[in-house]
Amino acid sequence: MKTGAMAEDAAPFTVGEIEAFLIHEAALLDEWRLEEWLALMTPDARYLVPPLDAPDADHRDTLFLIADDRRTLASRVRQLLSGTTWAENPRSRTRRLITNVRLLAEQEGKARVTANFAVWRFQHEQADVYVGRYLHVLVRGPSGLMFRERRAVLDLETLRPHGKLSFIL
Amino acid sequence: MKANWKLLVENSMDGYHALPTHQRYFSQYLADIGMDTSSWAGPNRIQGIGLALGGGHAVIENRARALPITGTAKQELDQIRVRLVERVGPERAHRVTDYSRNLFIFPNLILISSWHTIRTFYPLAPDYMEIDAWASLPRGESPELRQRRFENFISFLGPAGFGTPDDVYALEGCQRGFAAWREVSWSDISRGMGREQPSSQDELQMRAFWRRWHALMQRLRGPTDCSDRAEQREAAE
Repeated sequence: MKTGAMAEDAAPFTVGEIEAFLIHEAALLDEWRLEEWLALMTPDARYLVPPLDAPDADHRDTLFLIADDRRTLASRVRQLLSGTTWAENPRSRTRRLITNVRLLAEQEGKARVTANFAVWRFQHEQADVYVGRYLHVLVRGPSGLMFRERRAVLDLETLRPHGKLSFIL
Repeated sequence: MKANWKLLVENSMDGYHALPTHQRYFSQYLADIGMDTSSWAGPNRIQGIGLALGGGHAVIENRARALPITGTAKQELDQIRVRLVERVGPERAHRVTDYSRNLFIFPNLILISSWHTIRTFYPLAPDYMEIDAWASLPRGESPELRQRRFENFISFLGPAGFGTPDDVYALEGCQRGFAAWREVSWSDISRGMGREQPSSQDELQMRAFWRRWHALMQRLRGPTDCSDRAEQREAAE
């Protein structure tokens, strides 16, 4: 245990609390409680969706599908709630299954976490499924776990016939 | 995309869908990142022109407008402009840097200069197409500027940009609407017809495409001019 050397707010992470956090997060997204969801992001958080052919790439030197910082992400949420994001008005129905949660590493108050996901999206009598894994960096905030980095890596070879990724993955 | 490929031809060089379809990009996203959006919307917005280039090819040209990169990399872009003036002279540098163009190469290639994107698409069925798009980048730029260019591109384009998903949604909606073709058999693209120089908000560029497509479907040799002026079309045939 490394707890002796750590700050008070850096108590060791447990897979149980991480799993509960990710399931809560999935519910916020499925229920379109996007402002509450946004509050789970630290001020320096990033939301990343790498390109399908370069899942391990760095957003600074590769063209990503999404490379939001906190400001862009706040705008994304505001747009989705505004009613003028036509692609999500009426909004998609989504249902996410989050499984296989693992704590990969823990240091300096940060947890590197992975989990598998499958998100079904229903819109205009079409059903699309987005399958992949999350790679998150979590930290402890004033009222629970928070995302420092939230990376959704899709296993899909193409986004066909999905065509668009207009909700938060 | 679950739409006929010809709808994406129209969409890619249609000047007037931008503000209503991409309202959230101009009025929310650009404002959220602190940009002045008056070049896009409002009374001072800049009008461009639409041209039929013959053979079904067409272009719309507008004065260059504010984009994320014109704010995040202003200094670097100004330096590029200085070098361009040295290389090609002020007049040509003005034409290159102060205008944006959506250029359509008949039948399925689009170059959009403000995003440096190349787009092509292939119909697999009357109501489904596959689309490929590329972001092009200058060689030898700094990693920082390259990152600004990536940010600029995905702010609007791609499956998760703040622009493209609304285009997908609009075109798929149009495709569903066209199922009523027996009851509503025409799609009107007469806007700006008869105007001496149609603007980029008019539909000359779409008519140029459709006239050429129609001629080929009818196994006609022409029209190759594809302009609104019948006498020119006939002369070209």
